[in-house]
Amino acid sequence: MKKTLCFVCILSMLFVTLASCSSEPAKKLYVYNWGEYISDGEDGSFDVNAEFEKKYGIEVVYDTYDNNEAMYAKLKGGGVNYDIVIPSDYMIERMISEDMLEKIDFSNIPNYSNISEKYLNQPYDPNNEYSVPYNVGMVGLIYNTKYVSPAPTSWEALWDANYSGKTLMFANPRDAFAIAQSILGIDYNTTAEADWNAAAEKLKAQKSIKPSYVNDEVFNKMESGEAYLAPYYAGDFLSMVSVNPDLAFVYPSEGVNYFVDAACILKGSKNKESAVLYINFLLEEETALANAEYICYASPNTKVINNTEYTYYQNEILYPTQDKQPKTQIFTNLPQPSLDLMNSLWDSVKSE
Amino acid sequence: MQQRSSLKARLIASPYVAWSALFIVAPMFFVVYYAFTDAAGAFTLANIKALSNYTEIFVRSITFGLIATVICLLIAYPFAYILSQSGANVQRTMILLIMLPMWMNFLIRTYSWMALLQDTGLINAILGKLGIGPFHMINTGGAVILGMIYNFLPYMILPIYSILTKLDRSLIEAAEDLGSNRFNVIKKVVIPLSMPGVVSGITMVFVPSVSTFYISQKLGGGAFDLIGDTIERQFQQAYNYNLGASLSLVLMVLILVCMAVMHRFTDNDEGGGMVI
Repeated sequence: MKKTLCFVCILSMLFVTLASCSSEPAKKLYVYNWGEYISDGEDGSFDVNAEFEKKYGIEVVYDTYDNNEAMYAKLKGGGVNYDIVIPSDYMIERMISEDMLEKIDFSNIPNYSNISEKYLNQPYDPNNEYSVPYNVGMVGLIYNTKYVSPAPTSWEALWDANYSGKTLMFANPRDAFAIAQSILGIDYNTTAEADWNAAAEKLKAQKSIKPSYVNDEVFNKMESGEAYLAPYYAGDFLSMVSVNPDLAFVYPSEGVNYFVDAACILKGSKNKESAVLYINFLLEEETALANAEYICYASPNTKVINNTEYTYYQNEILYPTQDKQPKTQIFTNLPQPSLDLMNSLWDSVKSE
Repeated sequence: MQQRSSLKARLIASPYVAWSALFIVAPMFFVVYYAFTDAAGAFTLANIKALSNYTEIFVRSITFGLIATVICLLIAYPFAYILSQSGANVQRTMILLIMLPMWMNFLIRTYSWMALLQDTGLINAILGKLGIGPFHMINTGGAVILGMIYNFLPYMILPIYSILTKLDRSLIEAAEDLGSNRFNVIKKVVIPLSMPGVVSGITMVFVPSVSTFYISQKLGGGAFDLIGDTIERQFQQAYNYNLGASLSLVLMVLILVCMAVMHRFTDNDEGGGMVI
């Protein structure tokens, strides 16, 4: 008897919880972003997601990824229901071409006018229908002035035998190939097989000086002086140099990759209205400024760029003046055969 | 009566059967399916043909795995033997100490080795204070093998130890009574009787060593790619499930072959009749 009673109790409790779930759906928004890519309230900074929840009563479910390809693989693998993702340029182009993104309803994003004209009409989204720029930036060469002299000006420094075993390299093929392509004067978005082969040969030649292929370990290794040279993003250099002041940064003369990471709404999103509110919220002056301070990447938001209180106001690395502007190229979505070729060449570089 | 109990047995087993079907057989099926199809789902042998580009990586993975397994065995066997001969308290403490690191995640432990082995790491800092070194240890093949040994050594010690503690002491005494010296007791009685533990230890070290993917990235600086790294990259980076699956399939077959060869060896050694 006691057992039956107990069972009935549990059953009824279950029904109550189920019923409450269905009658009053809590508003949720699923956001999928790069790791360490939002101001999260650490050290008293502005907590973007918490503030959004407070303002709109929508719960933000937040997940992170480390690179575009991992994000793409996870979305393609299915079983996830994110509303917002923040991919880079070439990946946005790919996702548009594969019908993975929803057109954004800009009428509810009044803050869109904060985005600098410079970052509109980009090749990956020529009519500005699918994406709202979040951060922009460039790749450059970070080096430790204590060990590296004379100051490098070329990507060739990453092939310099003097720094054998002390050089880092991108662990993802697209960025690694871009460096070799810069040196060889090849377009980053080439589809010619010979171009990719030549760049792969250049990357194989680098193996004699024993580079380490790293992702986020670049922070530890450069800050501690374990490694002397690394290609990485300008914004990240600013956070590294605040730990180790011996570090310096240069945009190599051969040219560098320029990228835009932009917020997009995924096809099939069940919370489109909340997603639009969130994107608008990201563009607000307070949010954008907090993010720019926290992430250290260049902001496309005029309210940040023109704010004299901003730590990196007119910073010459993030916002180089016209005469100091390096040569840049943006990645575009490669056709599948070129992607396959690049990936298999990368495997052969790594297996040597 | 007989039927009722077998029905009961089947009922009890059914969750396990369902589990195995869902999480072992079905994934295997997918691996085979992906290995022999292209991105569009049509049958192809291209993924299998592409494997010839990866011979070097396979050879490296197996070599590293073998070296790690042999070193683990050389360390673990004497250790397990001495331990099994020690007092109960010593045994309990030592086993606890062996298990202790396993309570921490293996990724974190591997990451810590990076901090130890670096040129500016702890070991070189201490050696530097003593006026020795620095020694370049990180980002070498040796560091990768060290990582394997460190991570998988307990899996060699534990099975050998557990079989040695269950060893019938009267057999050893009998050998001694019959005039066998200490060396011969170990060689002719202890080692043959502990072979099942050795074989399961070898399996439990060799298989994860050959297929590991994290250790080589962190301790090898990404310059000593193993087959596990390459497979991971196909799924995470290249979004090429088909090539990833065919690499996995070959890895599975290779491991099975290695295991079969090894079992054959131990069978011959012992004159057959080994249970594992």
